[in-house]
Amino acid sequence: MIEIRHVDKWYGPSFQALKDCTTAVAKGEVVVVCGPSGSGKSTLIKCVNALEPFQSGEIILDGIKVNDPRTDLPKLRARVGMVFQHFELFPHLKIIENLCLAQEKVLGRSHDEAVAKAEKLLDRVGLQEHARKYPAELSGGQQQRVAIARALAMDPIAMLFDEPTSALDPEMISEVLDVMVDLAREGMTMMVVTHEMGFASKVAHRVIFMDKGEIVEDALREDFFGSPRSDRAQKFLSKILSH
Amino acid sequence: MSYNWNWSIFFEPAPGGTGTYFDMLLSGLWLTIQTGVFAWIIALVFGSVIGVLRTLPSMTASWVGFAYVEFFRNMPLLVQLFLWFFVLPELLPRSWGLWLKQLPNAPFYTAAIGVGLFMSARVAVQLAAGIASLPRGQKQAATALGLTTSQAYRYVLLPIAYRIIMPPLTSEFLNTIKNTAVAITIGLIELTGQARSMQEFSFQVFEAFTAATVMYLLINIVVVTGMRFLERRLAIPGYITGK
Repeated sequence: MIEIRHVDKWYGPSFQALKDCTTAVAKGEVVVVCGPSGSGKSTLIKCVNALEPFQSGEIILDGIKVNDPRTDLPKLRARVGMVFQHFELFPHLKIIENLCLAQEKVLGRSHDEAVAKAEKLLDRVGLQEHARKYPAELSGGQQQRVAIARALAMDPIAMLFDEPTSALDPEMISEVLDVMVDLAREGMTMMVVTHEMGFASKVAHRVIFMDKGEIVEDALREDFFGSPRSDRAQKFLSKILSH
Repeated sequence: MSYNWNWSIFFEPAPGGTGTYFDMLLSGLWLTIQTGVFAWIIALVFGSVIGVLRTLPSMTASWVGFAYVEFFRNMPLLVQLFLWFFVLPELLPRSWGLWLKQLPNAPFYTAAIGVGLFMSARVAVQLAAGIASLPRGQKQAATALGLTTSQAYRYVLLPIAYRIIMPPLTSEFLNTIKNTAVAITIGLIELTGQARSMQEFSFQVFEAFTAATVMYLLINIVVVTGMRFLERRLAIPGYITGK
């Protein structure tokens, strides 16, 4: 579904953010990407739907080359859901309008169709009674659930999560993770940048560990949590699991 | 100081034969409003286009925006009006220049367009600042949903940016109206112009300009009140003009 081959990315002439990254996410697979801050994990996930350009290598999404100038990027992006660290709901639109905007403007669905879909998804994330509120009137956890519903409204073939719980208070993290776990169990293809090792150990098929722009470890979940092969991954795990 | 105050001067017939001095000032007021509103529409339309250009990633677009803004904001308004009114017709081919000079209401159109373009540079800078103040993730979220760049601007970035810059935009609207007074130099007999002719005919300089001041004040109170109302109507929770 998602193939990443030898991707290099530089910011400016001197800083290399991604170094020869190669990995893949199969259909129905859940892959967690972790690593210390500045390791390039967010950059990598943003390369997948071309929110960030990269200089060499290639990424192939459902058979379509992302970094081909002939690719219709808006059309391709509409098929991949993305959830951001800071939710990025549109503050001037009510919750229901946030869910309908792209359905109508990008997919060309009728307003009634879009609303029906939006209400179904809001119900699914348990927020139907908030449909007529504005984003700022919801808690962080609620906003992130709305953001997930907004992405799902596009009927995506895969979902990308960029640190979906890092901006949340601890008591709100689980409500977001619950939605993600359900999604994973339903067979959604997911690439998740996160530090939530509990989530990784529960639903991930594979775990990728990145450091300094490189994919240091790309292992099955059991192997990663059992005995990571690299020192750096071991150190990272011992630091974040020690408390 | 021996000055003969005469507040009833407003009700005395003016030499033009078209009514009282008060009618004369009123016709000036009406022309000021027309010029101001016309100029403001030009300022908003051109300022919005240029403001957006200044925020696009394309080098050409931002260069065009830069050149436009620096051209119109670095020359005194008076000089710009003289350029449009006296110099432009001479630079054009003879027949065009002649046509331009004989245009009815030439001072009105020159003033409205001249002031409008001058103010559009200021609107452009403010709108660009408003757009730049939005979190980067807003555009990324819109893009990730499959919206094209123009859709992202139209449905997401601009609606928020305009709300943010509403308070300084109110000042610019007021400045536009006040700047039309400069058009007296190209023969537009707007409010300031009428106050001056009243002074010349009647020698009641203080009364004439007191009345003009009050009239400017009244227009501006209407504008400020209107913009406040608009700000409240469009307020969104969690943003500066919101609750």
